[in-house]
Amino acid sequence: MALNVNVLREEFPILHQEVNNKPLIYLDSAASSQKPRAVMQAMDHYYETANANVHRGAHTLGDRATQSYEAVRDTVATFINAKSRQEIIWTKGTTEAMNLLASGLSQSWQAGDEVIVSRMEHHANIVPWQMAAERTGAIVKVLEINDKGELRMEQLDELISERTKVIAIGHVSNVLGTINPVKEIIAKAKAKGIVTIIDGAQAVPHFKVDVQDLDCDFYAFSSHKLFGPTGLGVLYGKQARLEALPPYQGGGEMIERVSFEGTTFNKLPYKFEAGTPAIAEVVGLGAAIKYLESQDRSAIEAHEQALLKRAEELAADIPGLRVIGEASNKVPVLSFVMDGLHPSDLGTLLDQQGIGIRTGHHCAMPLMEAFKVPGTARASFAFYNTLEEVEALFAGLAKIQRMFT
Amino acid sequence: MSLPNLETFKNNPYGTETAIDDVLENFEFLDDWEERYSYIIDLGKSLPEFPESEKIEANYVHGCQSQVWLIHMQDPADGKIYLMIDSDAIIVKGLAAVVLCILNAKTASEITNTDVEAIFEQMDLIRHISPTRGNGLRSMIELVKSIASQQ
Repeated sequence: MALNVNVLREEFPILHQEVNNKPLIYLDSAASSQKPRAVMQAMDHYYETANANVHRGAHTLGDRATQSYEAVRDTVATFINAKSRQEIIWTKGTTEAMNLLASGLSQSWQAGDEVIVSRMEHHANIVPWQMAAERTGAIVKVLEINDKGELRMEQLDELISERTKVIAIGHVSNVLGTINPVKEIIAKAKAKGIVTIIDGAQAVPHFKVDVQDLDCDFYAFSSHKLFGPTGLGVLYGKQARLEALPPYQGGGEMIERVSFEGTTFNKLPYKFEAGTPAIAEVVGLGAAIKYLESQDRSAIEAHEQALLKRAEELAADIPGLRVIGEASNKVPVLSFVMDGLHPSDLGTLLDQQGIGIRTGHHCAMPLMEAFKVPGTARASFAFYNTLEEVEALFAGLAKIQRMFT
Repeated sequence: MSLPNLETFKNNPYGTETAIDDVLENFEFLDDWEERYSYIIDLGKSLPEFPESEKIEANYVHGCQSQVWLIHMQDPADGKIYLMIDSDAIIVKGLAAVVLCILNAKTASEITNTDVEAIFEQMDLIRHISPTRGNGLRSMIELVKSIASQQ
């Protein structure tokens, strides 16, 4: 059944407003997605009826808070098909998950050990590895891409060596929209006993992810890109891998017993969750996932692909527009540059027309280098966008071109 | 590699021939965003050529979205500070021309006593120099102010 986008948009209050006296057209969901009403309601309800600290257990509100909060761990485990709730760790976001992993895994590295990342990674999946490499004398190796913005998979066998400890790859590129063949990469790594980490921040908002089917060791994503609140992320890890990993931060919650003679750490998942967590945000994420799961996900995917296809058709009609990222397998993200127009000019002049896109290097400077551009303009779509909005984007671009001639 | 001579700096029409009041007057007659931004684009296009040899790290004003370069020279005769600015983004260049109309060819005390934000507010362009925009314009204005305060 086709998606009724107009009905669905009613659930997203923020979309119904004017900016710069024009109806808002939000095409920046890859940076942060908008939230359905259910998310705000769940958070309000939590604060109005259950707010207290979790896991303290001395009173009713504390019990309610703990219950609502821990229930979402099960929701997330089911959402990505993790084996158990112990495999779901709350973080501040994908970035913190990557830092946690780089910090923990690198503790057993020797100088000369190797990490493989790809050219198209977000800085969050590059810099933590560089920092860990700096500390340990390890080396960060790069899986390159082709002109279409796809991983050069034939390079992978050459890159993998006896010293490869970790392969950390994005499931979907935030700039190009490319869906990477991570399952194939994971299988190759697994055969050599290499730890696999998938940055799924741009994947989970668009399609169903099954971590057991992928068979990765770790998978990370952010709540705010998944129609949930900001300041929260999820790190999935296979139980054995998480058990073997040293704690990241010390503090409350993550301990079993503390004394000045020595401290023992709490069991999973709490070992990695020092301090009071983002309880209301977790509750909000639970509502976001429930909302998403209540939709027809294949209809959502079909609609998103229709948006992308329309965007690609219209992009081809604009003289001097070059699409960056033409992989055959993409989520609805369109990066582009235009002759004689700086991305920042495009961003400013589209904003005047009520259209919000992202411009710049998108925290992926090594990728910009590969395409020899200082930055791009990026329109990223979600299921709440309409074909009319895609058309308005290109009408807006045509208008901008006229202003410059 | 040497700075352009003082004459080149003085040939910059913005802040000399074209004063901010002229820009404000023109701006008032523009009805909609298209006309206003077309005007800013035209200002940007007419900014005097910035020497390529001066596009170096030392003259680079950091911004996330676009690049901005700024050089200055003081006239020892009257103490006036002359500025040249460039950017890879045209609208930033146009807004830089507005800044030049306000701050170029002024004395240090004139520069430090000028409320640039109030003028951008009046032109409804304040968002472009708000701290949330990473376009380097705000840093550029702060840099000019700090140059002036060091005189």
